[in-house]
Amino acid sequence: MEDFFTYSVILGIFVATFKIATPLLIAATGELVAESSGILNLSLEGTMTLGAFTGFLVANETGNLWLGLVGAALGGGAMGLLMAVMTATVKVNQVVAGLALNILGLGGAFFWYRSVYEEGGAVAFPTVDRFQTATIPLLSDIPAVGEVFFDQHWLTYFGILMVPATLIFLNRTKYGLELRSIGHNPEACDMRGVGIISRQYTAVIYGGVMAGLGGAYLSLAGGNQFFDDIVAGRGWIALAIVIFGNWRASWILAGSLLFGFLEATQLSLQASGVDLPYQLLLALPFILTIVALVLNRSRSQVPLSLTIPYHRGER
Amino acid sequence: MADAAQSGAAAPGENILVAEDVTKVFPGVVANDSVSVEIRRAEIHCLLGENGAGKTTLADILYGVYRPEEGQVLLNGRPLELHSPRDAIEAGIGMVHQHFELVPPMSVIENVVIGTPAKQWLDLTEARRRLEEFFADYDVEIDPDAEVGRLSVGEQQWVEIFKTLYFGVEILILDEPTAVLTPQGIDELFRILRRMRDEGLTIILITHKLKEVMDLSDRVTVLRRGKVVGTVDTADVEQRDLARMMVGREVLMQADKAASTAGEPVLEVEEIHLGSDTGRGSLEGLSITVGSGEIVGVAGVSGNGQNALFDAVVGVRHPEAGSIRITGQDTTESAPHRIATLGVASVPADRIAQGLMMDFSVKENLVLGNQRERQFSRAGILNRGQIDTFAAESIDTFEIKTPSAAQITRTLSGGNLQKIIMARELSGQPQLIVAHQPTRGLDIAATEYVRRRLIQERDRGAGVLLMSEDLDEIFQLSDRIAVIYDGRIVAVTEPDATTLEQIGMHMAGASDTDQGSP
Repeated sequence: MEDFFTYSVILGIFVATFKIATPLLIAATGELVAESSGILNLSLEGTMTLGAFTGFLVANETGNLWLGLVGAALGGGAMGLLMAVMTATVKVNQVVAGLALNILGLGGAFFWYRSVYEEGGAVAFPTVDRFQTATIPLLSDIPAVGEVFFDQHWLTYFGILMVPATLIFLNRTKYGLELRSIGHNPEACDMRGVGIISRQYTAVIYGGVMAGLGGAYLSLAGGNQFFDDIVAGRGWIALAIVIFGNWRASWILAGSLLFGFLEATQLSLQASGVDLPYQLLLALPFILTIVALVLNRSRSQVPLSLTIPYHRGER
Repeated sequence: MADAAQSGAAAPGENILVAEDVTKVFPGVVANDSVSVEIRRAEIHCLLGENGAGKTTLADILYGVYRPEEGQVLLNGRPLELHSPRDAIEAGIGMVHQHFELVPPMSVIENVVIGTPAKQWLDLTEARRRLEEFFADYDVEIDPDAEVGRLSVGEQQWVEIFKTLYFGVEILILDEPTAVLTPQGIDELFRILRRMRDEGLTIILITHKLKEVMDLSDRVTVLRRGKVVGTVDTADVEQRDLARMMVGREVLMQADKAASTAGEPVLEVEEIHLGSDTGRGSLEGLSITVGSGEIVGVAGVSGNGQNALFDAVVGVRHPEAGSIRITGQDTTESAPHRIATLGVASVPADRIAQGLMMDFSVKENLVLGNQRERQFSRAGILNRGQIDTFAAESIDTFEIKTPSAAQITRTLSGGNLQKIIMARELSGQPQLIVAHQPTRGLDIAATEYVRRRLIQERDRGAGVLLMSEDLDEIFQLSDRIAVIYDGRIVAVTEPDATTLEQIGMHMAGASDTDQGSP
C-alpha cells in the first residue's frame, strides 16, 4: 500500500486523468451544444466509434494524422446530420432515433473496418504512427505541473479550450442565446422569427463532429489502432457527464476530470496489485451523477423542451 | 414603434391591413370560411367571437403562423406573402399570443433580444437602454434583468407586449390579453393601448368579452363559426347587439338559480400551508369552508394558489401544516383515491393533461378512476358489458356528442371533453365537487350546460368549491365568494353584498382598509 502513494505513481495518475478525460470532454461539450437546442443525441457511443474508425481509416490510408482528424470530424458530422434529419425534420422520437443511430454507428464502423482490413478471414490489425504529446516549451519544464498540464496531446488542449469557448458561445453570443431559447421554448422563438430547424441542424451536426473527434482521440492519440470495443461506454459516460454537469460547460469540465481521475486511480490500483475493490471506483461516476441529479433537482438547467419535437401551430 | 406613424403608405383612417376571403381548414373543421376584414391605420379593432369562432386562426394567418388555403392578405394595398412570423415581423406586424411565448429561465432583456437583428457578440446595453425607456415612458416597473419565469403573469404580459414593440411594428395583434389581469390591471392596459393608438399604432385585439369591446375599440368585427357576421363602429352599437351577433340568438345574461341554504360543512380547510416546490403555487395558511348545498366561488388572478388549493383538497399534494376535513373526516394526509371514495368529484383546470387520457376511448375515460368499483370490474377483470351500459347512459344524459362510445377521446371538442369529465365525476352522486375553471375555453352552449349542472348538483345537496378566473361566472354561480391572493383567502363575502370593483381590489391584494391603493 505504501508503494502506491509514491510521487511517480501519483503524478502518473494526474497525467492519466487528463488523457482519460479528453475524449469525454470533447464529446460532452459537443453534446451540450446539441442538447441546448432541445435535441438529445443518444447516439454518442456509436458516433464516437464511427469517428474513431473514419479517423483511423483516413490517417492509415494517407499517413497524415491531421487528415485523420478531418476524417473523424466528417464521420461524426455525418452521424450528426442523420440525427438532425430524423429529429429536426422528420421529428421522430429522439430516444428512438438516437438508439437506432447508435446501433448504426457501432455496426457501421465494425463492418467497414472488416471490409477494409480483413483478408482471408483474418483481420490484420494495422496501426498508425500515433500523435505524440505536444510539449509546450518552458512551461513543461516546471516540475510536476509541467508534466501534468503542459505535456499533453493537442486534442487534450483542444478539449479544455472548448470549455470556455462553449461557455462564451452559449452565453455571450446572440446565436447561443437563441439556441438555448429554442431548447427551452421553440415556439417562442418561432413566433419571433428565429429559424429553428437550421439552428438545430447546426447544433446537432456540431455535436456529431465533436463526438467524432473524441472518438479519434482513442484511435489516433490515446491508442494507435481501431478495434471493436474501442469506445467502451465512453459515449454513454459523456451523456451522463452532461447531466452531471447540469448543462453547464464548467461543470462538464469538472465532471470529465473527476471521471478521468477516478478511472486513472482505479487503473493504478489494479496495476499495483493493491487489494481494493476497483469496481467501486468504476461505479462512482455513475453514483455521483445520480447524486448530482437529486441535488440539482430544484435548480436544474435542463433545456425545458429537451426531446420534445416542435410542430408549428400545435398547442 | 417611435417611427410607426411616419412609415407606410396609409394615412390614419385608411385601410392598412386587409384579409380578403381567407379560408383556413383544419382536419374536420373550417376554422376560417371566406373571412374578410379591413383594419384601418391607428385604430383599435376588436375581433369578437366565442371560443372556436376562428378569431385566433385569423390572427395567426395575419401573423404568418398559418397559410390560408384560399384568399390573401394585403398590406397597404399590396399582397403580402407570409410564410412565417419572420415575414410578418419584417412587414411590421407583431402578435402577442394568449398563451405566452416566453423563455421562462431567461431574463427579460434576453427574451427581448431573441430574434432581433442585434450583433452576434451580445451587447445588451443598447437593448437595456431602449427597454428602460419604454418602461419609464409607460410607467411600467419591471427589472430588465429579472428572470421571466419569476415574474407575475401581469408582468409577463408587459414583457410580451414590449418585446413585440421592440421590433418596431406598426400593427400589434393581442390575443385575449386580459385573461390574466385584474380589473385594475385591465384598466391600466387599456389606458396604455389607447395612448399607443393615439401615437399611431394600429391595434387588433381579440376577445370574447363584450365589455372590453365597448370600453376600448373603435370598430369591431364579429365572427361566428369561422365566418364574419359583420363589422361595425363600436359607437353605433350596444352590448346586447354585439351579443346577438356573436351568439346568433338572444342571450340570457343570468343563470337561473334559487336561493340556497348551506347545510353541514362538507369541506373544512384550516390554515393549510403548502410549498411551491412543484411549480404549482403555494399556500400560506389558507382556510375555507364549503357547506352542503352551497357553491363557494374562489375568485383570484391565476397563480395565487388556486392550483395548490385544488391539489391539496383532492389529495395530490399534502399540506405541511394545517388540516383538511371532508364530510367530517380528516383527509389531510389521505391519498387521492381514498378522498374520491368519500364522495369527492374533481374537475381539474387542465382537462387534457389532468382530466383525461386523450388516446383512450370515450367509454374508458368515462370509468377512469372508478375502474376498481364492483360495478365495473371483478378481481381485476374489467366487466365490458357494464362499462358499455354505463357509457351509453352517460353519453345520453350528458349530451356528449361522439360518433360512438369507442371513439378516441382526442377527436372530441373541448365542450364534449368537459362533459365526459362531468359525467364521470358526477356519476357517484358526490358530496363535494371541486371544480377548477370548469368552463374555460368552452362555447356558450357548453358553458351554460356546465353551469346549470353545477347548480343542479348544489340543489341536490352537494357542496361545490368553484375556482374560476371568470368573475361573471363567480358572481352568477356563487352563494358565497372567497377571494384568493398570495396563497390565502383574503376576503369572504356574498355576491349581493359586494361589487365587481371590490372583488377586483381584493384580487390585487388590497385589504378593506386601504382600498385606495392596490
